[in-house]
Amino acid sequence: MLNPGIKFMQGSQALAEAAITAGLRFFAGYPITPASEIAEHLAKELPKVGGIAIQMEDEIASIATIIGASWTGAKVMTATSGPGFSLMQENIGLAFMTETPLVIADMQRAGPSTGQATKCGQGDVMQARWGTHGDYASITLSPNSVQEMFDLTIRAFNLAEKYRTPVILLGDEIIAHMRESIIIPPKNSIEIVNRKKPRPGETMFFGGEEIPPMPSIGEGFNVTVTGSTHDEYGIRITADPVGHRKLVKRLVGKILNNADEIVEVEAYNTENCKIGVVSFGCTSRAVYEAVERANEKGVKTGFIRLKTLWPFPEKQVKVLAQTAKTILVPEMNLRQIFFEVTRVAEGAAKVVPLNKIGGGEMITPEEILAVLLKEGA
Amino acid sequence: MTKHVEIRICGLGGQGVVLAGQILGKAAVFDGLNVVQTQSYGAEARGSAAKSEVILSDTKVGFPMIRHCDVLVAMNQKSLDMYVKDLKDDGILIVDEGLVEKIPSGLKAKTFRVAATKTAENEFKSKLYANMIMLGAMTKISRVVSIGALEKAIAESFPEKVKEVNIEAFRKGLALT
Repeated sequence: MLNPGIKFMQGSQALAEAAITAGLRFFAGYPITPASEIAEHLAKELPKVGGIAIQMEDEIASIATIIGASWTGAKVMTATSGPGFSLMQENIGLAFMTETPLVIADMQRAGPSTGQATKCGQGDVMQARWGTHGDYASITLSPNSVQEMFDLTIRAFNLAEKYRTPVILLGDEIIAHMRESIIIPPKNSIEIVNRKKPRPGETMFFGGEEIPPMPSIGEGFNVTVTGSTHDEYGIRITADPVGHRKLVKRLVGKILNNADEIVEVEAYNTENCKIGVVSFGCTSRAVYEAVERANEKGVKTGFIRLKTLWPFPEKQVKVLAQTAKTILVPEMNLRQIFFEVTRVAEGAAKVVPLNKIGGGEMITPEEILAVLLKEGA
Repeated sequence: MTKHVEIRICGLGGQGVVLAGQILGKAAVFDGLNVVQTQSYGAEARGSAAKSEVILSDTKVGFPMIRHCDVLVAMNQKSLDMYVKDLKDDGILIVDEGLVEKIPSGLKAKTFRVAATKTAENEFKSKLYANMIMLGAMTKISRVVSIGALEKAIAESFPEKVKEVNIEAFRKGLALT
């Protein structure tokens, strides 16, 4: 584990180090660009703290394994990119339904399918929200620097433990491979959250309260863990409408009802702007300069940078839509967050997309500035 | 005046340009600068165009990609042709003499030819050391980071048994220009 201080690190390494700091003790994954460095770093470092890093036969096995490991009481993670994330979707549903805390790090590359394996993309945004079947809610975080690969990984584990749910850390090739100087805080200044455990004699591990306690297998509790609809005790209910409604509404509710606590954004000049920019991940790195230059040229511009993608920061974007005449949404896909901003703006502001894909080419500050000046004229 | 320098090191996958950029970035952190280092390479392990970009600044670095290249180091012809376009007119071009024959016509940047790969083969019996020789030459020519910081960064980046020889290669590069 790293000593506190200033380090020059790759995003993937910062993520891996943060995971160990947060308490990760079981990692399973399958190599894939641009996420392999995470597994590589953990294979080296995790055994040093008594943890296990294992390469599975594929991504399906990877997530299945960490679900099981989480039920032994360990903090767990897997890391992948788009193609592997696709394979994991079924078991993300299982983790959600069984309320299994785990972290999935998805470092996005250009898809669909194999796409351009080494080139950046931001096309997994909707997959992170709706990838598995059925009704569910996702917690998805979006780092935009090596520092945030550290900070948001800690947060991802804390949210997974607190809400007993899978959390997706949605990075991208640029941030995963980038090296920057970061500050590793002293260990005792980092808040670490651990799952709530049942007291002896307790029997309700799947209901009775918004986030029920989670026993570990082998501790003497009677535990049934099933992907079928189940009651508070984990007993299968395969036909009763009331039981299904109750369970799924609680699972979705425990995330959406706590959106205020889960959602984090970075906002600048949103109360006093004519144009706002909503961005996330690597693309937001171009927004800082574009917004600064637009303001220098007299176009009052602000931005919201989404550190949480899901639940979607509706309140913050709604406020921006009330102030700004136009909202620009740059993203390295062919419109995904654009539709969310449009939905939340409800016509109060004009929403303008700016999209670029392929070859790992980022949207540049100049390209964003050109639209800001045009819309602000 | 704020310091903001954009450096691109490019070549073939396998020539060690990504590692050279990482070491340069680490050295700049030792010098107290803000640094962003990015890299780009093909899906193949060797033989496709690779580049490593380093932005050094005394303020926070936002956009991590190079747009106005101050220093371009090209380790082969193909990568020079691909990545020369952002080089500033008052910038610096450093090429590996044996592997780059043609400098684009009309280029205004000051050009330096360094026999990095040839020196690596002759004096270190392996072209693997060409990247450290090039780093030495670049440090001497551009003075973007201190020699002490670079030697410290090299020492931290290699296993014990090859540490010294890489520092030696770096010093060879310093002496070549």
